[in-house]
Amino acid sequence: MSPLLEVEDLHVEFRSRGSAVNAVNGLSYTLHEGETLAILGESGSGKSVSAQAVMGILDTPPAYVTKGSVRYRGTELLGLPERRRRAYRGANIAMIFQDALSALNPVHRVGDQIAEMLIVHRKMSRRDARARAVELMDRVRIPSAASRINDFPHQFSGGMRQRVMIAMALALEPDVLIADEPTTALDVTVQAQIMKLLSDLQDEMAMGLILITHDLGVVADVADRIALMYAGRVVEEADVEDLYARPAHPYAEGLLASVPRIDVRGRELTPIKGAPPNLAAIPSGCPFHPRCPRARDRCSREVPGLRLLRAGEGSPDRSGARSGALSPESHRSACHYAEEVSGGR
Amino acid sequence: MVPVLIGTTLLIYLAVFALPGDPIRTLGGDKPMPPAVYQALRHHYHLDEPLIVQYGQYLWGLLHGDFGETLNGQPVSDVMKTDWAVTARLAVTAWIFELVVGIGLGVWAGRRKGGVVDTLVLSGTTLVIAIPVFVLAYSAQLLFGLKLGWFPTAGTDDGWPYSYLLPGIVLGSASLAYIARLTRTSLVENFRADYVRTAVAKGLSRRRVLVRHTLRNSLVPVITYLGVDLGSLMAGTIVIEGIFNLPGIGGQIFTAIQIKDGPTVVGIATLLVLVYLFANLVVDILYGVLDPRIRYE
Repeated sequence: MSPLLEVEDLHVEFRSRGSAVNAVNGLSYTLHEGETLAILGESGSGKSVSAQAVMGILDTPPAYVTKGSVRYRGTELLGLPERRRRAYRGANIAMIFQDALSALNPVHRVGDQIAEMLIVHRKMSRRDARARAVELMDRVRIPSAASRINDFPHQFSGGMRQRVMIAMALALEPDVLIADEPTTALDVTVQAQIMKLLSDLQDEMAMGLILITHDLGVVADVADRIALMYAGRVVEEADVEDLYARPAHPYAEGLLASVPRIDVRGRELTPIKGAPPNLAAIPSGCPFHPRCPRARDRCSREVPGLRLLRAGEGSPDRSGARSGALSPESHRSACHYAEEVSGGR
Repeated sequence: MVPVLIGTTLLIYLAVFALPGDPIRTLGGDKPMPPAVYQALRHHYHLDEPLIVQYGQYLWGLLHGDFGETLNGQPVSDVMKTDWAVTARLAVTAWIFELVVGIGLGVWAGRRKGGVVDTLVLSGTTLVIAIPVFVLAYSAQLLFGLKLGWFPTAGTDDGWPYSYLLPGIVLGSASLAYIARLTRTSLVENFRADYVRTAVAKGLSRRRVLVRHTLRNSLVPVITYLGVDLGSLMAGTIVIEGIFNLPGIGGQIFTAIQIKDGPTVVGIATLLVLVYLFANLVVDILYGVLDPRIRYE
């Protein structure tokens, strides 16, 4: 059986007046059923752009998918005519966005925005669709949903708005949910509630969840696997515990070292030196080499590929079930000296 | 609204009566007027009383629907009734034209920024804005009225809408250009909004994304302009009515200013102010309909 979602060697380019910025450079990942894959990376690492490319909602122009493949249950989505592609959007692969206030249409009632999914895709009557919208709002735990269906987005709090977004995305029971920084705009307490809700719903509906974030804490709590992005490609991909315990890329190592620790007092924070690369002029060789404490001559010449370090033996996933058959619990790294990095721990 | 109404009428009133010359003497023409008649007329039109009292009496009359009397002894409201209909028809024709065609062109251009249609609309509207309205009026009259014979050249013999089409189109052309540009810009801007991306991610058709999710949000500035413009169109009819020989308010107010017919000038101007204020009120209400965030509790 083919995996839920396979992204292979995806390239996205932003073009403007003769110059091109390479936002995504050969991104590959695989999402299995019921799995939570966290795509982790700093601003400008291409996480949101790649998600939009998978959804097929890039603004073209200026953004173009120049190469690669996105397969949903074995069906190639890139290159599908717009009409057929549209049928997958929302129905099979749904997406929620960072700022629900701007992502919801300010002039339509929330009930209608949720119902629209069912009216358009399922040809439901408005009446039935709105009744279903109330159920969905209940399901994402919006209190007294029936009385709030006619409210507008600005009448909701930030957390409730994000719940409306989630209800809308789940209206057609998609297999894949892409959450693009779903909690970044929220208070810490509300963040926790939303993450809890997402992971509960994921279990109930057996969805694959792609969680795009730059928050290491959020990832540790809910993700099964992590794909760490740098300069538009995956530099390390592993099981969450494995990556936190034995990072195999100097960038991951640097990120983990920079996290403030509650158990070590008075320690100075250790930042990663330098700045993220300019995507219009990505460094030769390994894109991380100018910032890498372990860099050698070879690193500026040869581009390291993402290679397998350890094949997985099927460790328990977040729900406690052994999912070795579904998810190859392997550890990949795009560093010439990955063994040295991970062996140093 | 009330302070604005009082303020504007007072201003117009003062302006008209500050004009040099004596309206009663103008009424007499070249012939000398007996002093007794002169005094009687002055008294009849309350011109012997202080200006502020005159204004007070005028306002009091206005509140009772009395626009006063012209210097010919006709009630101003009668004069306005016939002419008003002509001007209103002309302005509404122009307004509908700029609303439908302006928004239509704007949407067509805004759908693909930088495309052929967009470039054509942008350059076309610039041209229309740059040409003075009377040049446009005479050219249209010559081309469509005389050479092609599609429309009547002047007068109102063919009734509404036929007689009003050509003058209406000319009158509305400049505003049409602004509306097309405003719609286009607003649409292009809104296409970049997050909620439009959400709508696309919901798997909606291009058309549904445009009509249901983008257009309505883009129309707020356009509606503002349209509302204000209805008032401006009324006031802007003077030139067009002259060229197309339409017996409307514009011609009336022009003559009235020349013969210093105070009550007529103030009456017409007041009515224009009222239309303007009313249009603005409607716009304010429409805001709430278009965008629930600006709904008044």
